[in-house]
Amino acid sequence: MKTRYILFTLALIALLALAACAAPTAAPQPTAAPAQPTAAPAQPTAAPPPAAKVFRVAVVMPSAANDLAFSQSMIDALTKIQAEMGKDKFEFVYSENMFNVTDAATAIRDYATKGYDLVLGHGSQYGASIQDIAPDFPNTAFAWGTAVDTFKEKGVNNVFAYTVASDQGGYVEGVMGVKLSKSKILGALGPIPAGDGQLTIKGFEAGALATDPNAKVQTTFTNSFSDVALMSQAAQTQIASGADVLTGTSQSVVGAVSVAKDKGVLWFGNQSDQASLAPDIVVASQVYDWTVALKWMMEKINGGTRGGEVFIATFANKGLVMVYNPAFKLPDDVKALAEKTIAGLADGSIQTGIK
Amino acid sequence: MLEQLFAPAVIIGILASGIQLATPYLYAAVGEMFSQISGVLNLGVEGVMLMGAFIAYYAVLRTDNLLLGLALAALTGALMGLMTAVISVTLKAEQGISGIGIYLFGLGLSDLLFLVLVGTPKAIVGFPELDLPVLSGLPALGPILFSQNILVYFAFACVPLAWFILNKTTLGLKVRAVGQTPEAADSLGISVARVRYIAVIVAGTMAGIAGASLSIGLLNIFQQNLTSGLGFIAVALVYFGGWRPFRVMLGALLFSMVNALQLWIQTLGIALPSDIAGMLPYILTIIALIFAARQIVTQPTALTKPFERGE
Repeated sequence: MKTRYILFTLALIALLALAACAAPTAAPQPTAAPAQPTAAPAQPTAAPPPAAKVFRVAVVMPSAANDLAFSQSMIDALTKIQAEMGKDKFEFVYSENMFNVTDAATAIRDYATKGYDLVLGHGSQYGASIQDIAPDFPNTAFAWGTAVDTFKEKGVNNVFAYTVASDQGGYVEGVMGVKLSKSKILGALGPIPAGDGQLTIKGFEAGALATDPNAKVQTTFTNSFSDVALMSQAAQTQIASGADVLTGTSQSVVGAVSVAKDKGVLWFGNQSDQASLAPDIVVASQVYDWTVALKWMMEKINGGTRGGEVFIATFANKGLVMVYNPAFKLPDDVKALAEKTIAGLADGSIQTGIK
Repeated sequence: MLEQLFAPAVIIGILASGIQLATPYLYAAVGEMFSQISGVLNLGVEGVMLMGAFIAYYAVLRTDNLLLGLALAALTGALMGLMTAVISVTLKAEQGISGIGIYLFGLGLSDLLFLVLVGTPKAIVGFPELDLPVLSGLPALGPILFSQNILVYFAFACVPLAWFILNKTTLGLKVRAVGQTPEAADSLGISVARVRYIAVIVAGTMAGIAGASLSIGLLNIFQQNLTSGLGFIAVALVYFGGWRPFRVMLGALLFSMVNALQLWIQTLGIALPSDIAGMLPYILTIIALIFAARQIVTQPTALTKPFERGE
């Protein structure tokens, strides 16, 4: 009996360690894959003119569509394009909470079978699946991000890659942050040291140090995209060790923003506009505007190219934008400096130095 | 570099973070302990916590009434506890599997309700920090121990209370009896089913409060899968603590403090890869478990065994 208890407990702990590190939503989620109800409007009356071909996009994404972060940034872009083009010209469907790559691969294949014009794997974990599936559907364009590999050299010609120079946004936030900081200690929070999150954090540090070489940037990774409690404790720790300006990436930062709000510490948002969480302390958010990438891909697809090229969202091509929180009184000189930095990054006169 | 960790401000920070992180574990684990001592393994804690967290959050979002939020979370927990009891005690279902079912139910339903009723995460104003008179003024330790929100104090108060109920009251005796030798308890006229129902409902209520301690106590927000595995760690802590309230508390504190420690290691810029730091709490818990396992373990003999009255 004793051995059984020990074994059971160890197994449980091991399971938890895995769950906490990686994919807490790996379990099937009943609400995980709803077809967007508005996605397929019935075409009433008459035959549509031939020019009105519907462009159909399907997206698979790791977290919830309303996460105020990475997944939402894509949904916002799709919604915006649909509003511009009209529901009769642009349709999209999505599957959210696809942390589990195997489930995601099934969804991607499913969408490809259904003949969507563009199938997006919105997460850097989906690359291998797309590389695997794309050759089976040569008439469908695939895209994945954030990534820079289109698998072209492996003979795959129908995959786009898209990514974001989030180091640029992080850089501008670092410049503003160090100007607004009294302690000159800044904190950056992230889930894992990889991807656009790490780029943001490195850019943040570079921007802060370029503006004030004596400033200090403290970095914490929680090793989880979803552990809100740990992320909020990471924010507490940063504040306790002197940071008075914070930034962070991933959907788990919502708790950290609420800590910043309680302690009156400033916050810089990333991925989506996070001002609604705490209007008093969110200075600005770097927002990924994927409409630019999507329109670029649509143009390519309509022109007959289904992949093989990479899109990098930057300040220059407006795929990356700094959204200032109107409720926060940003001093004019700081805003001017931010705008100058953005212009410099856009024309290349300022480099973040991050690879 | 390492000596930075022993600066008073850092030690105070670790203790303060550890105490806060331990709070949801304490509610959930103390409740789970009652259930297990009565012989019912309740693996659904995580799902109950998620429902409690959502209901409390939603009530506060709509009414700004923190006590109402807390009460509704407790009630939701109690109802899910009742559901667990029906499945495990009356229907005698396999407890591990049905517990996972309860977890998935709570995960899915809280997710769906959040999506339909709220949409995107919105911050709320949760329980404020409460300075205990005199005590919070104590040098150094005062602000750590006695300047927390009220749910933190209650969580720690639950520990001696649980010890008292289990060891000094008739109810506690009955709970232990039905978990050790249900046949004997039955022959003495104790209703095994009724006692187990009570224990499992207590566990559900506590898990509901554990969820509320996150959403309206510590984080002041709700998001899909807010608990992110905390409920399962609480179940493990009950084993870790050998079904004894104070040892469960010790386990919760150990795990939380090491988690707080790893955050400090990173914040101070000590050169240790973040994934190694992140593994620390789990590694240390496993090591502690191995040592704990050497001691006499008083696992409830009837744990996971449905009671069938012999004729």
